[in-house]
Amino acid sequence: MAGLLLAAAGAFAQPAPNFDQMEVHVLPVQGNVSMLVGVGGNIAVQVGKDGVLLVDTGYAQTADKVYAAIRKITDKPIRYIIDTHVHPDHTGGNEKLAKLGSTITGGNVVGDIGQSAGQGAAVIAHENVLARMSAASPGQPAIPFDALPTDTFAGAIKNLYFNEEAVRILHVAAAHTDGDSMVYFRRSDVLATGDLFTPGNYPIIDLARGGNVQGIIAALNQIIGLSVPAEKQEGGTYIIPGHGRLCDQADVVEYRDMLTIIRDRVQASLQKGMTLEQVKASKPTFDYDPLYGASTGFWTTDQFVEAVYKSLSLKK
Amino acid sequence: MHPNHRVRGTGGWLLLAAVTACLPAVAQRDPSGEWAPRFHEDQPERIPGPEIGDYLGLPITDAARLRGDSWDASLLTLPEHQCKPHPADYGPRGPANLRIWQEIDKATQQLIAYHTHISWQAPERTIWMDGRPHPPEYAAHTWQGFSTGKWEGDMLTVTTTHLKIGWIRRNGIPRSDRATLIEHWIRHENYLTLVSIVHDPVYLTEPFLRTTDWVMDADQQIAPYPCESVEEVERPVGAVPHHLPGTNTFLSEFPARYGLAPQAARGGAETMYPEYQLKLKAAGKSAPAR
Repeated sequence: MAGLLLAAAGAFAQPAPNFDQMEVHVLPVQGNVSMLVGVGGNIAVQVGKDGVLLVDTGYAQTADKVYAAIRKITDKPIRYIIDTHVHPDHTGGNEKLAKLGSTITGGNVVGDIGQSAGQGAAVIAHENVLARMSAASPGQPAIPFDALPTDTFAGAIKNLYFNEEAVRILHVAAAHTDGDSMVYFRRSDVLATGDLFTPGNYPIIDLARGGNVQGIIAALNQIIGLSVPAEKQEGGTYIIPGHGRLCDQADVVEYRDMLTIIRDRVQASLQKGMTLEQVKASKPTFDYDPLYGASTGFWTTDQFVEAVYKSLSLKK
Repeated sequence: MHPNHRVRGTGGWLLLAAVTACLPAVAQRDPSGEWAPRFHEDQPERIPGPEIGDYLGLPITDAARLRGDSWDASLLTLPEHQCKPHPADYGPRGPANLRIWQEIDKATQQLIAYHTHISWQAPERTIWMDGRPHPPEYAAHTWQGFSTGKWEGDMLTVTTTHLKIGWIRRNGIPRSDRATLIEHWIRHENYLTLVSIVHDPVYLTEPFLRTTDWVMDADQQIAPYPCESVEEVERPVGAVPHHLPGTNTFLSEFPARYGLAPQAARGGAETMYPEYQLKLKAAGKSAPAR
């Protein structure tokens, strides 16, 4: 989220985070999965006999803190990193954490090209993440080669089996960006959503990188469809959002309802022929602003309404 | 609705003051047992259910009012909404046959926690009595929240945080997940009174106070309450029933039916207090003809 600031400095005015003051907190979720909080985007950590799998890596500047937190959980090597999307508060730690890991290799690979093939953890992402990270951003330094995904996929799903459980990587088209993935740990019954779900603020719709409000709503409905609450509509499948507290389906339902209602209001205004300024003046988010809105910072309510309006104005 | 129901909350403060003034200084009054609810307070809201657009006596913000105006009861037909229990602050208001029991540490015989079970949707709470801290901000929120209790004289005072987003009234008036619930459980022999105060910095302008009562019923049997969601209405995936702003034609029915001034039905902190009726009279805004 704040990665938008780093990726598009100048477009947003929020001051840079104070990395020295950031602390990593470890919250065991269930099964093999824990959640690391406090260093940019949330990080999901799956740990077992085969090693460590990370979903996202936080900021580059806090990678050492993340590694230290992982070492408090296990001494197993980092084998996989999965990037949920391109922003640097989720991918910034790729380079350092991947280097500290190792890929499981063997057979012809090691025999043909040597032991170096096993050096560094594999970094998995949708191919649009690689494309976005490889593309030059005006005014920004190039992203180091070693921070880039090593293993991309193009379709809707990529599956792994790691630490004795199925790990399903589910791509969602044109939502927060055009390269979003959710990661579902099937035995642990934990879903890491990246910034498709951020319960403390309105969703960030990165239009410049292919985002669209309709895609986020579709993703939220997909999360609701994938998750199964336990008794009394609580617990069951746990959901690690891109930012904010640990959640479950009921929290996603509340958020989906909010976003759908706001989308419908803006859509109705569009159908009446209202301009963007008229839509903003109508305050379509008024009742939700105390919960999710912001008048300052890098993602204000005004920007959110504008992104919704522009999403719905795009020709299909 | 009886006129007395229009000024909810104020009586509760007076009751709390009266009750606490009479408390003996010693002796914790264990609330454990089987308790049958009494509905002499706010019965029309609690059992038949509140009417659309009835925000009387609620110290709500303008944002909360718009949430209420936009709310469509059809929302509750969505499968993902069907099995939600009432949250901790609303559960006692419903069909709330109540069981309270102790959790005792075997070794020390010290009280670790009270547990509660309520009949409708069978929500269960734990009220920790062992001094443990509340969880960090990034921990999950739940329908019943995280509760800790302490004795103040013979009154059990409970503080609850980490609540999911819930409701102040079952007609769409929300309560946020940043709210704190303060409860005072007061037992007088075979009567149990709960004084409940919701502090919500998001959707309330003042603390919202309610009182609820039970009578001991040692032979009470609470039935199970399984819940399985079903597809009640065929809709497109992701459809969320709601009213667009300015289109909810049902809002005018409540004040018209009861002969209330329409602005009174809109709620707000001033509608909690008796002086509000005088203000209405002084302004000459009497109720419309019935």
